[in-house]
Amino acid sequence: MQEHYDYLKKIDKDPSNLIKGLQAVQASEGYVSDESIKAVAAYFSLPIVEVEGVLSFYAQFKRNKPGKFHICVCDGTACHIKGSTLILDWISTELGINDGETDEKGLFSLETVACLGCCSLAPVLSINGKVYGNLDRKGTVKILREYRAK
Amino acid sequence: MNISDKITRIRVGTASCGIAAGADEVLELIKKNAGNIPVEEVGCIGHCYAEPLVDIETVDGVVSFSHVPATEKGVANLLSLSSEGRFSVPEGRKAKELHKVIRLAGRICPTSYDEYVANGGYEGLCNALAMQPDEVVGEVKKSGLRGRGGGGFPTGMKWGFLAAKKAEQKILICNADEGDPGAFMDRSLMESVPHQVLEGMLIAAYATGATKIFIYCRAEYPLAIKHLQIAIEQIYARKLNDLNGRSLEIIVKEGAGAFVCGEETALIHSLEGKRGTPRFRPPFPTDSGWKEWPTMINNVETFGNVPLIIAEGGEKYAETGTEGSKGTKLFALAGDLKYPGLVEVPMGTTLAEIVFEIGGADPENVKAVQTGGPSGGCIPVELFDTPVDYDSLRSLGAIMGSGGMIVIGKNRCMVETARYFLDFTHRESCGKCTFCRIGTKRMFETLERIVGGNGVPEDLDFLEDMGNKIRKGSLCGLGQTAPNPVLATLRYFRNEYEAHVLKHQCEALICNALVDVKLEQSNCIKCKLCIKNCPVDAVSDDFIIDNNKCTRCNTCIEVCPKNTIFRVKKGEGFYSE
Repeated sequence: MQEHYDYLKKIDKDPSNLIKGLQAVQASEGYVSDESIKAVAAYFSLPIVEVEGVLSFYAQFKRNKPGKFHICVCDGTACHIKGSTLILDWISTELGINDGETDEKGLFSLETVACLGCCSLAPVLSINGKVYGNLDRKGTVKILREYRAK
Repeated sequence: MNISDKITRIRVGTASCGIAAGADEVLELIKKNAGNIPVEEVGCIGHCYAEPLVDIETVDGVVSFSHVPATEKGVANLLSLSSEGRFSVPEGRKAKELHKVIRLAGRICPTSYDEYVANGGYEGLCNALAMQPDEVVGEVKKSGLRGRGGGGFPTGMKWGFLAAKKAEQKILICNADEGDPGAFMDRSLMESVPHQVLEGMLIAAYATGATKIFIYCRAEYPLAIKHLQIAIEQIYARKLNDLNGRSLEIIVKEGAGAFVCGEETALIHSLEGKRGTPRFRPPFPTDSGWKEWPTMINNVETFGNVPLIIAEGGEKYAETGTEGSKGTKLFALAGDLKYPGLVEVPMGTTLAEIVFEIGGADPENVKAVQTGGPSGGCIPVELFDTPVDYDSLRSLGAIMGSGGMIVIGKNRCMVETARYFLDFTHRESCGKCTFCRIGTKRMFETLERIVGGNGVPEDLDFLEDMGNKIRKGSLCGLGQTAPNPVLATLRYFRNEYEAHVLKHQCEALICNALVDVKLEQSNCIKCKLCIKNCPVDAVSDDFIIDNNKCTRCNTCIEVCPKNTIFRVKKGEGFYSE
């Protein structure tokens, strides 16, 4: 196996750890590439198709390279009721990308997620894991511009 | 005596909701300015609307501050114990809540074993170890505790099934895959009192003879996972996991984002590293579960209740609650109300008490409440005198679910809300059962058409018919409950559906295809903010909004300083030729 995937070696080779292996790949690379699938399949001695099957089942796994700043717009019940579709619209307009896309420079990527668990601060979004709550249009755009300036 | 000498300790709430409100920055500033006073990070006390919250322990008692700004001035204010920015629990919550399961949440340091023990922690486990395992199961049966994950199966009975099994390995799983969008009870418990949840698991392991414990937790809850890991290390160090003559392994596994994995057989598949599809029962997991060993699954909140039961005794526990539902229940209260947050009430409290008295919602502006998330149903305000317990909610076409409770205001559209839930469930359907896979998709498409202004009256009959078929034709809880939001809204809010399909109107002015946007010229101050901010140039130089161009994105409505721009019924706005 390539040295590049050395971090997999910490995980026991039992196939029940397949999801853990894929999570390790995503934590390290940001997404799961075709090449990583082959490496994971080889490591757990599983057919590639089985790895792909598990991979495509779970929403957490990404097959496209995310941007430097990955934006998750929460579309949980509370956020939806409080207008998360508008938040998504505003971000799309500001950044010129749609749900599931990464911008050309690789700076921002956008995704809607089911629930971030901060329902009482709805509507919320997270950027690289940091959560921002009680959003309105002005606040949302301000946050995006701050990240762009970074 | 200096004021700072009076302060013995400072507690900053740094659960996920606190951090989202800026608690991290506040914590940094307090640490910088507090000198020698110990500063502790604690969990959530449930008053999410007031975050960031800081409690200051003084020689004269605890002083709390809410909405603490992350500024030097804000921090100086609380260090001087100023009377400004003080926090007190709203009267309604004080009167109606009963904190048992979350009594320590936010009051002790989540990762301090000693502090948990000093506050009565692990008393339940000590009591349990002094009893025979079957006596412990008996206590849980006596308590009347029912599964808090949503199904409401009697916990003691489940424990009895596993305890009766003779096998080399028996598996205990804690279901912490809180996938219901709009619920955060389990997150809060794991973040704030991880030891309490683990104590419940250890008691269960002792009572049932389990040999291995898994905690299946959502990957979206990094802080919960971190706190659990720390607490598990502390348990290992004190050998509390040495039960029934062997050393138990406690393994935290991260889920990978699939709602269906809340279903027990799907969860087991996922733990085995496979696609999380449910399977036919029987065999039940207690007969054949993880790698075919007898397996029992309980929810986080269920485990959180167990230490109380064993500490105070099953009979005492059963004094709280109603005939069929004992104890207290946690609810994640959110949506259109004043005090969103985590609440704990005795079973049998009415919806009106929770929504109005505890949540502070305006009775004039509430249309319904959604319980049980995408598997539950909307209950209209007219039925708010219903007591909250498993059986009453089911009789209304809703379910208790795990405890998400979303208050829906008068300005929301119920058809759009139902569409939202079907959007979620049709994507989360694992695809195994035809009715769930294709049926939820067809229902979703029909609802899309209705909110898109192209609905026909026959659509309503189709929704009802398809909903009932999906209920009958699905293997697991996801499919069996997926049509609930549509069927419940059709039952209680049929008039809204009819307005959409007959008159092509959305009363709440939510559905974009059925509204126009209009600028009221008389109050306009001609500041041009709408013109500058409109992404599609739909506002003309003489301040008329062209609804042919307008995408109904609400940007102009948000930026207008005089509130002169409104959503109006379709046809009332201006259209260019």
